[in-house]
Amino acid sequence: MGGLEKKKYERGSATNYITRNKARKKLQLSLADFRRLCILKGVYPHEPKHKKKVNKGSTAARTFYLLKDIKFLLHEPIINKFRDYKVFVRKLRKAYGKSEWNTVERLKDNKPSYKLDHIVKERYPTFIDALRDLDDVLSMCFLFATFPRTGKCHVQTIQLCRRLTVEFLNYVIASRCLRKVFLSIKGIYYQAEVMGQLITWITPYAFAHDHPTDVDYRVMATFTEFYTTLLGFVNFRLYQSLNLHYPPKIEGQAEVELKPKEGEAYALNSESYMEKLSALSASLARVVAPNLEDEVEIDEFPVDGESAEHEEARRKEQESLEKQKKLFEGLRFFLNREVPREPLAFIIRCFGGEVSWDKSVCIGATYDVTDPTITHQIVDRPNLEKQVISRYYLQPQWVFDSVNAKMCLPVADYFPGVLLPPHLSPFVTEKDGDYIPPEKLKLLALQRGENPESAFSGNTASLPFTEEEEEEEEEEEGGEEDDDGSEEEDDSEKEEEEKLKRMEEQKTQGKKLPVKVTVGTVRLEDKQRRVQEEQNEEKRLAIMMMKKKEKYLYQKIMFGKKRKVREANKLAEKRKAHDATLKLEKKKTKKARRE
Amino acid sequence: MRTFSSGLPLPSAAAAEEQDWESDDVTDSEESVYSGLEDSGSDSSTEEEEEDANDQCVEKKVKDASHSEKMRAGATSQKKEQLHHKKRSSKPLLVSSEPQQLPTENEYAEDSSDEEDIRNTVGNIPMEWYQDFPHVGYDLEGKRIYKPIRSLDELDKFLDKMENPDYWRTVRDKMTGADVKLTDEQVELVQRLQRGQFGDVRFNPYEPAVDFFSHEVMIHPVTNRPADKRSFIPSLIEKEKVSKMVHAIKMGWIQPRKPKEDVPSFYDLWAQEDPNSVLGRHKMHVPAPKLRLPGHEESYNPPPEYLLSEEERLAWEQQEPAERKLNFVPQRFGCLRAVPAYTRFIHERFERCLDLYLCPRQRKMRVNVDPEDLIPKLPKPRDLQPFPTTQALVYRGHGSLVRCLSVSPSGQWLVSGSDDGTVRFWEVCTARCMKTLPVGGAVKSVAWNPNPAVCLVAVCAEQAVLLVNPCLGDKLLYGATDQLLDAYVPPEEERLQPVQWVAATAEEHARGVRLVVQHGKAVKQVTWHGKGDYFASVLPDNGHMQVLIHQASKRWSQSPFRKSKGQVQCVLFHPTRPFFLVATQRFVRVYNLLKQELTKKLTANCKWVSSLAIHPRGDNVICGSYDSKLTWFDMDLSTKPYKVLRHHRKALRAVAFHKHYPLFASGSDDGTVIVCHGMVYNDLLQNPLLVPVKVLKGHALTQDLGVLDVAFHPTQPWLFSAGADATVRLYT
Repeated sequence: MGGLEKKKYERGSATNYITRNKARKKLQLSLADFRRLCILKGVYPHEPKHKKKVNKGSTAARTFYLLKDIKFLLHEPIINKFRDYKVFVRKLRKAYGKSEWNTVERLKDNKPSYKLDHIVKERYPTFIDALRDLDDVLSMCFLFATFPRTGKCHVQTIQLCRRLTVEFLNYVIASRCLRKVFLSIKGIYYQAEVMGQLITWITPYAFAHDHPTDVDYRVMATFTEFYTTLLGFVNFRLYQSLNLHYPPKIEGQAEVELKPKEGEAYALNSESYMEKLSALSASLARVVAPNLEDEVEIDEFPVDGESAEHEEARRKEQESLEKQKKLFEGLRFFLNREVPREPLAFIIRCFGGEVSWDKSVCIGATYDVTDPTITHQIVDRPNLEKQVISRYYLQPQWVFDSVNAKMCLPVADYFPGVLLPPHLSPFVTEKDGDYIPPEKLKLLALQRGENPESAFSGNTASLPFTEEEEEEEEEEEGGEEDDDGSEEEDDSEKEEEEKLKRMEEQKTQGKKLPVKVTVGTVRLEDKQRRVQEEQNEEKRLAIMMMKKKEKYLYQKIMFGKKRKVREANKLAEKRKAHDATLKLEKKKTKKARRE
Repeated sequence: MRTFSSGLPLPSAAAAEEQDWESDDVTDSEESVYSGLEDSGSDSSTEEEEEDANDQCVEKKVKDASHSEKMRAGATSQKKEQLHHKKRSSKPLLVSSEPQQLPTENEYAEDSSDEEDIRNTVGNIPMEWYQDFPHVGYDLEGKRIYKPIRSLDELDKFLDKMENPDYWRTVRDKMTGADVKLTDEQVELVQRLQRGQFGDVRFNPYEPAVDFFSHEVMIHPVTNRPADKRSFIPSLIEKEKVSKMVHAIKMGWIQPRKPKEDVPSFYDLWAQEDPNSVLGRHKMHVPAPKLRLPGHEESYNPPPEYLLSEEERLAWEQQEPAERKLNFVPQRFGCLRAVPAYTRFIHERFERCLDLYLCPRQRKMRVNVDPEDLIPKLPKPRDLQPFPTTQALVYRGHGSLVRCLSVSPSGQWLVSGSDDGTVRFWEVCTARCMKTLPVGGAVKSVAWNPNPAVCLVAVCAEQAVLLVNPCLGDKLLYGATDQLLDAYVPPEEERLQPVQWVAATAEEHARGVRLVVQHGKAVKQVTWHGKGDYFASVLPDNGHMQVLIHQASKRWSQSPFRKSKGQVQCVLFHPTRPFFLVATQRFVRVYNLLKQELTKKLTANCKWVSSLAIHPRGDNVICGSYDSKLTWFDMDLSTKPYKVLRHHRKALRAVAFHKHYPLFASGSDDGTVIVCHGMVYNDLLQNPLLVPVKVLKGHALTQDLGVLDVAFHPTQPWLFSAGADATVRLYT
């Protein structure tokens, strides 16, 4: 055999990957700088398909980067900035050591800084790409915006995060693109549809964080550095798309008005504007005044058959969406002080409602508690001393549930002090075979308009009594719905048959008549069952003949399916048990009351 | 000095110093001159610098400095301390080197440059230079100052120490060598210094601070010093500097600092976006998967079924955090105001960050297969009928597990052997036990003679093979069999045989036993050749005598193998050709009996072969094994299995082929018999078609044993199975 000797690991996948340490050495960066660079540039390790080949025969655990990625990093101008910064730090330390304060000042003035614009553009060549990745960006910025202004990270970062998130919220309000909200135990999830992209983010509940010690804030700060840049650009573009001023301006109020009056010194001028924006109560000024009449109507094209159906469905969806956007239009809300103001104000304004709060809670309140036009007051305390007849007093969950249901839900379940109905996640879409909680079924029925008896315009005074009865009825309904399994029906039928048989036997014992009818029916059923069984057996036999590999796969799939069913059954069972205990308790209390 | 810093009480220190006069003297003087700066701390060092400066500049001060230096040289270490202290506190020193002038001196006593230490004129030199001389220096007249005569020996010293009440306050003046008694003031000063207090009693270190440089403008200047001349003469140096700068600016070397560019931080970045541009670098980009959206269980007020029960919660707590399905415990709060902050919020964001930049990504193809598509398309069992489908009859009567069974060639009779030591003959159609033959031991194997003209059954009973004439059916037939056996004429010369052929006793004869072949060892299996004359028996042994072939008509036996090839499990005669199949644990060997050679060795691909059956055409062999596999060999094709079927869950005990129908069956310890359609085509190119058609159940499991033997009816598509539950069952 002629030719050159082929050496191992000099071609193929081994040459496409590079370990982290080697990459670091190639870039001549410290680990911390390398990490920063990777975070900013969005470079991540790749898992090679054949790890042993890439690892040159060793099986040691290593992280691999694509060589192309690293080569791409080599040309990054930011690396030079990192090096400059290192030099800067060295010089500064030296100057401090020598107490050369002039030098220190000069150095600080010339502190090397870098911009991430080009990286944003590079990572997200199109705006839609950026929107697609906005989930983490928003969650992180919302988290940082809640950090205390001391320690942990730079105050500027926190302020920037706060500003950007408020801007984004204002955009969502202006474009009315919020779709779903969810109160979870972790925080509040929001989902908005921005230019066709679903963006989901989570905000923590407004409490002080107890900062964990096992978290590297430098990593998070680096991420935030990039995220704030990205979010700023995205905000700019979004505002532009709606013809809004950026940075945002509040509509209708001149600058002079915005300035606080002499007596009520609230904050610094620069801050108060930000505060007013973050109050989320005022709408934003537009560059061009919007034309209200100027709604785009979709042209109707002549279509045929299937696409017509599609079109129909799309139109319906569009309509429902429009309806959802105007969900709270015309309603005036008032938030009590114990209610989380920002999320509720945001949600209500997103769906066209008007909202206000006590003046002492936050800046930007537009009307008072005593305003007679208030239709809904959001309250989160068990009882109220004085109530105004003309408005509903509701718990905050009503707002969230109504948004998710895309309709104003009956208010009876949400009165203060009442045991709230479960709050369901709007992000779950049940496929057939999955467990659907009865509340969801009820909700679906309500959405279809099947339950017109709901006491939407019910009288508050008479409700406590009617409510219980309703609940009971509903529960009974739910129970019936629950046990509609085919097997159980079969069983009951069988039992009936057996009863009949027995009765007939008792009758015929004396007369000794031949049995006819019952036998016939039994056979009929047997036929069906036999066919079923035959098919089952056929399948079982066919499964026996499967190849080993396919059998394994098949069994895996079936195991997954069965597990799903099992879990669904478990949930259903739990629910049943829970309902049963509830009913028992209710009966007991009723009896006790009667006695 | 060293003694002071070590904090010893003064008297002992002084004594110690006195005692080692000579050596101490050396070191002390050294220190005082060369290393005094270091010892006396920062204050004295600055003072020293000052002095140096003064030396250079101002002549007037020279004397002063030299005086102070002399002072230091002359003084003892304590004095030096005092001196430093005096300078530090800038107060007059109470103590001078001369004891006489000490306390009453005014503050200018020391400062006066005219007054010098007049006792010794050597100056500030190391005193050890005078160590070897009788004198210590010279007085003003230039006469020698002699060292005081020291004739004190140790005893004198001791006495002095004991008697002199002032001994503890006596120190030696190095300059003069004279003993100096410290005054009370001096002693007190030393003690104060030892305690770390200021030397001056009157000095108050805690005087109220006077804010001297305050914002208030005083009428008096801070210092009354007239302004320097240089303050109103333009500085040449500065002029030079400025002119240099002016020149540099002119030449463009110095440029003003660039003003911070005031670019708006955010602008329309995507003004000209290029939708076709690939993501910066390459096509291998794997976008990070989005976080899972929360389900109902994450709600602050979930439906009750999503809350964890007590056991579930315990299980959750015991799981590793990575293994948990939910990374939180579902909780229910009655109202929104009761919901606390989520403690792991920052953690979760941080973990997401880590995932984003640290977690290796890989594109994975998710298998999206409809499981129904994986099931092979087989002909429907209904199209492959006939095959046994239902249990028709149960033959009850045995007292223990039925190990073996065999059907007569006519299909009318059935024989079964059991562990209760009996062989029973049944009529197939009626399930009636026609005959019971006790053989006195567990029956391992029975085999009905396949020759329809002979009515003979071979039974393995302990160490013997019994040839039994069941006397069932046609009288002519079994009569003829008896005659055939009786027609045996013993050969003239006795041949050496591995076994003994014994004719049955009269009593046995009456029961049907005709011949007994005594093996001397337990017999495991017996099987007939298709013609019905030869039969083979297997002994569970290690030697070469494991397999024996017998000829019934000639009552003659032989051992065909010279060597053992492993433990023989079972043997079989080929139905059409003179082949003999021997199954050892892992292999099935096919011997040609005529040529007396090994023709094939089939590898069974299993751990332990249990049973063997051959297709009536003779080209296909099935082989059951204890590791629940059934292997199908096509002997024309290969010595490897054509197919391995893993239908049973437990060990296979028996396999059987049907004589006419394309059926084969296997019985297993899991209590089932699986009937398969095994079509062998005449066309050699077409592979056999194997389709399982029926799983027959009926036998109850006893002692972990299910079906022990299966056999097909010779003409009908019926199947017999013998089970450990002491029954034989017929499936039709």
